[in-house]
Amino acid sequence: MKQGLFTIVSNELLAPSVYRMVLEGDTSGFTTPGQFADISIPGLYLRRPISLCDMDDKTMTFIYKVVGTGTDAMSNMTAGQQLDVLTGLGNGYDLSRSGDKPVLIGGGVGVPPMYYLAKQLIKAGKEVTVILGFNNASEIFYAKEFEEIGAKVYVTTVDGSVGTKGFVIDVLKTLDYSFFYTCGPMPMFRAIEAVATTDGQYSFEQRMGCGFGACMGCSMETKNGPKRVCKEGPVMDREEIIW
Amino acid sequence: MVDTRVNLSGWELDNPIIPASGTFGYGYEFAEIYDINCLGTFSFKGTTKDPRFGNPTPRIAECPNGIINSVGLQNPGVEAVISKELPKLAKVFDKKVIANVSGFSIDEYVHTVSRLSSQDQIGIFEVNISCPNVHNGGMALGTSCESAAAVTAAVKKATDKPVYIKLSPNVTDIASIAKACEDAGADGICLINTLMGMRINLKTGKPVVANKMGGFSGPAVFPVAVRMIYQVYDKVKVPIIGCGGVSTAADVLEMMMAGATAVQVGAANLINPYACRDIVEALPAEMAKYGITKLTDIIGGAH
Repeated sequence: MKQGLFTIVSNELLAPSVYRMVLEGDTSGFTTPGQFADISIPGLYLRRPISLCDMDDKTMTFIYKVVGTGTDAMSNMTAGQQLDVLTGLGNGYDLSRSGDKPVLIGGGVGVPPMYYLAKQLIKAGKEVTVILGFNNASEIFYAKEFEEIGAKVYVTTVDGSVGTKGFVIDVLKTLDYSFFYTCGPMPMFRAIEAVATTDGQYSFEQRMGCGFGACMGCSMETKNGPKRVCKEGPVMDREEIIW
Repeated sequence: MVDTRVNLSGWELDNPIIPASGTFGYGYEFAEIYDINCLGTFSFKGTTKDPRFGNPTPRIAECPNGIINSVGLQNPGVEAVISKELPKLAKVFDKKVIANVSGFSIDEYVHTVSRLSSQDQIGIFEVNISCPNVHNGGMALGTSCESAAAVTAAVKKATDKPVYIKLSPNVTDIASIAKACEDAGADGICLINTLMGMRINLKTGKPVVANKMGGFSGPAVFPVAVRMIYQVYDKVKVPIIGCGGVSTAADVLEMMMAGATAVQVGAANLINPYACRDIVEALPAEMAKYGITKLTDIIGGAH
């Protein structure tokens, strides 16, 4: 974990209620895809945890959906504004478990953390397949960006307006893969759990107090005892999850 | 040079800054980011006889200038604290620590205190009879003079170490309860625990936290804490550890003027992991600003 001041480079609308914010500053706190940042928002008491979507030495990208007062305030921020951010929080995805042909499954705002993960796996020479699940055409973001870095991309929409009609598992069931990584809503996790044929890792979401393991606000029960989503998580191994 | 030392029942602290129980784990998470030996001491995560997961999630809610938590005393149980947490803490913290203990019956308090009493790492006990997040125990014992006194007397028999009782603000007359604890043998009083609070999500129309209600803390409760410490100081002679909404060195001085000998910092740790270190570092300059050279001189000064 590192605390730092970051400057907003851009903050733009990507899809209805979904924004992309790019911040500039010392990004060295992050060590692995799947980690998150905890952003202090002027006027609000608690920080807001947001998953890392992409980063390089100087910038980091976050994609967030406006769901409450915190993300609403974020959506109104403009370039040049400074933010106090804790970086490198949580236990991210374990790249060493990927095998040669990992599949990455993102549902809605679970899509962003898959991007930096895909980038790192492709860099490591893996054959990466990505399944992106959305409700309809208007919600889709980052399909092109995943293609540009060399991932094989499948899009699913519930209404069938783009890609495969249905859910991410309708594609997953047809694929041959070595390991899966996923982030998204619980119903999607349960569906994946029912059909997945390999080991995998799920990234969980929970309302957090601190974001760094102090308050025990975000705990969940696992087969290995209670774990803090912010500290031992957000990424959990398939084999330790109690459904 | 200013003198920031304070004394809790014969235990001298370098400064009065104490991270509050439940906001600092067993210390080592914070030791990863700064040397926690700069602290006066800290109060470890509320420990019970048996391991506890706590309440269902979500158990956190944002509030104006504060936070509601309904964690519900998640902890690994006293045996794991002795075998795992304290040895781990010893590697990063050279000072003695405050053992915060909780229970669901007087027997449980006595059991946990007895088990911890032989641990050299523990300076004093902080007996939490004020957790608002567990049913049939915790706060129920802290809301009447008789039951508070009964817990105090029982725990005092179980240990030779000083026993401080942590009180709930969710009562009509906190000073009388403090006095009952003192009369029953308490070596000190710690106040305040969190205020009962609630938030409702307008979209779902339901309470934000799964347990419906939780404990409200943060800067918003600071004036309530100062007032209650002031009232308790009038009633008891034993030292008071002040707690509730402290975020700055100025808050520390204010709380001490109300009557606190030492001061706990809780919610502030959750939004700024360096909060306690920052307050320790800022304290001498803040004292100098008001011409304070010896911190103990201001205890209860507002009376």
